[in-house]
Amino acid sequence: MHEMGLVAGILESVIPAAKDAGAERITKVSLSVGEMTEVIEDVMVFAFEALTEGTLAEGAELDLHIIKPHSICLECGAEFDHDRLHVKCPNCDSAFTELIRGKELQVDSIEVDLPDEE
Amino acid sequence: MAHIDLKQPILGKNERLAKENRALFDEKKVFVIDLLASPGSGKTSTILATIEALRDEFNIAVIEGDIASSVDSEKIKENGIPAVQINTGGACHLEADMIRRAVDVLDLDALDLIIIENVGNLVCPTDFYLGENMKAMILSVPEGDDKPLKYPGVFQAAKAIVLNKVDTLPVFNFDTELFKSHIHSLNPQAPLFPISAIKGTGVDEWAAWVAEQIRAIKQ
Repeated sequence: MHEMGLVAGILESVIPAAKDAGAERITKVSLSVGEMTEVIEDVMVFAFEALTEGTLAEGAELDLHIIKPHSICLECGAEFDHDRLHVKCPNCDSAFTELIRGKELQVDSIEVDLPDEE
Repeated sequence: MAHIDLKQPILGKNERLAKENRALFDEKKVFVIDLLASPGSGKTSTILATIEALRDEFNIAVIEGDIASSVDSEKIKENGIPAVQINTGGACHLEADMIRRAVDVLDLDALDLIIIENVGNLVCPTDFYLGENMKAMILSVPEGDDKPLKYPGVFQAAKAIVLNKVDTLPVFNFDTELFKSHIHSLNPQAPLFPISAIKGTGVDEWAAWVAEQIRAIKQ
């Protein structure tokens, strides 16, 4: 249940950013989450709802953009998509591969309500 | 309504502190292992067996992470090895700032190896970099040969995998070949060390490999 800690980290970036912009409310938080991390989407949403209560982000939509794993083979240079369980190069069967995408844990952006501009 | 681009890492603060730990360990030439495993897999027994095998050549300390109690750090201290207990108070993993505070009470100049025993958990600690040289993991035979399929992240994060309690293989339905094939597809670069920490089987091979990693950073 480390999603609680992750949500605390998310709030540390989004609340100050919203305040700096003079926002009254955060309506949406967009994240990139790699499939090779240990994040469970439902648990993340639950933790987000629990921890945003009473903050600027209360009621905000949490939008998770899941990033599929993508690696490069260090022997033949092939780049390939794969799932969580298979990381060997499909071209030359080498074990020496390096993950390029799939470990992301990033706050991409937020949407906020600003006070009426009139 | 306004859109604000942030592009900030969620674990940015932890990453920053972990890099500070890394710089400190580099400067002091201390090799640091973050050891991950389930509760009851024999982490403390494996650490004690590893210490016995390495203590003639290296000065070792242990950082013990547990939700509560100091049972583990006391066991280590009884063996004459410095140990620091971190109680996470409910948190399921260690973070870089906890390691920093624990390290402050150790004499890094006098150490070659720090083993961090993370909280017993095959999931959460995987996502947290502490500044270690490597993560290693232990699976014990009674946990079952299918665990790599259920917890792939930890098997992929580990630079080495220890299979503990091999003395119990005759009484558990654990298919070693199947386990090896799971490891081979998840993390083909990681060496596998079958051991029995209690009986001492295989501990020398594991300890010799750890010793090589330590010597490599000392040069």
